[in-house]
Amino acid sequence: MALVTTLFVTGACAPAAPRRIEIRIHYSKFEPSTIQVPAGVPVTFVIRNDDPIDHEWLIGDAAFHARHRAGTEPVHGDRPDEVSVPANTTKTTTLTLPAGVYAYICHFPLHEQYGMVGAVTARS
Amino acid sequence: MRRLLAGAAALLAALLASTTPAAACAGLIGPNGAVNLLRTTTFAGYHDGVEHYVTSFQFAGGSGQFGSLVPLPGVPAEVIRGGDWTLQRLVRETEVLAKRGAFPLASAASAQDAVVLQQVRIDALDITILKGGGDAVGRWATEHGFRLPPDAPEVLDFYAARSPIFMAAVFDADAAKARGQKIGDGTPVHLAIPTSAPWVPLRILGLGKSAQDRVDADVYLLTDARPQMLPAPIGLNGMRIGHSAAATASLLNDLSSDKGMGWVPSSAWLTKVVIDGSAAQLKYDLAISATAAAPSPVAAGLESPSIPVPVRSELPALAVFAISGLSLVALGGVLLLRSPNHRTANG
Repeated sequence: MALVTTLFVTGACAPAAPRRIEIRIHYSKFEPSTIQVPAGVPVTFVIRNDDPIDHEWLIGDAAFHARHRAGTEPVHGDRPDEVSVPANTTKTTTLTLPAGVYAYICHFPLHEQYGMVGAVTARS
Repeated sequence: MRRLLAGAAALLAALLASTTPAAACAGLIGPNGAVNLLRTTTFAGYHDGVEHYVTSFQFAGGSGQFGSLVPLPGVPAEVIRGGDWTLQRLVRETEVLAKRGAFPLASAASAQDAVVLQQVRIDALDITILKGGGDAVGRWATEHGFRLPPDAPEVLDFYAARSPIFMAAVFDADAAKARGQKIGDGTPVHLAIPTSAPWVPLRILGLGKSAQDRVDADVYLLTDARPQMLPAPIGLNGMRIGHSAAATASLLNDLSSDKGMGWVPSSAWLTKVVIDGSAAQLKYDLAISATAAAPSPVAAGLESPSIPVPVRSELPALAVFAISGLSLVALGGVLLLRSPNHRTANG
């Protein structure tokens, strides 16, 4: 699945500032674990890891997560839908989501089974 | 390893089935995140206000480094190589007899770094005593190559709220091989911990396990008198009494003649608590009292401390212990894969 990265354009017709959603990671859980955003609008996700261990925030559809469950990439960070969040750090990413439901999951070993799962619903 | 006493034959079988180092008080987290259950055995005594904890790290082949984090009720005054036969003698004693018959958590120090209080090398084992909140100890462990499971932040805070002291043990399998250690050879560790509030950390035994995973452990308690325990081991709560009787003279003689065991009194009460429950059941610890006073629900992890628990680095007044009598505490631990790369199978 390809998520559309927001392009910031300056000028008279610049789009409105992205909406901002804060997600806290605490005790290896996402807070909140369910989010609603408008479809087709840039949304900035601020992901704060309050744990002393590393986590990641990967958002996508079922096929996307199936790939990552078997993946071997050591770190993420170069893609807006795949964010590595080291211990006690905050990362920010901006996405424009087409209408639909997307899961966000930490695919570190045992983390998804422990409950590091959330869902974003993008409504038109 | 279910339902087996941790006798030498059973332990050997477990070790042979494994290709990695194992600790006597450990759940093993493998590189693929799977948890291999090993029956564990620990012993600790409490006498004259000092808790004596003995566990053994077994060399089971393999290579690399493996670590264990153990919460402690206080700062050890001494960390030494343990005796050679204490654990085996306790197993033999109870085997023979058997044939005859969630609260809000504080993490005040979380914003600070963990403080290294002591470092000791025992054979192929590096022992580090840490002081810090759950967050600080978790960061220290991660920075030193421990791959902590996802429940670690909550569990470390659970312990740090009562006692911000932890033991990190790193077993170097390559060093063990270089030393000529054979599979099954153990490195016993003995900690002498001054404390007036003994407790047995059981919840740590479930670290890294899923809710339905089993936790098997044998905890030996040696007290002046028959101890009160909270929660009481009633079987339905994942722990039961496996043995409870006055310690025999031969046992006390054998224990006291082992290295570092001169503190063993001339009379005592021996209790064996069998831990046999799911990780979901073990959300508490085992508070012990060998006096008329009831065990502390705070020490058992059933209530949050109302004020931060001070770190006991020195023995308090001896009068405190004169009325405390003897009790016994055993400490849980968990073995964690130690790797320079924290990630092995994520996307």
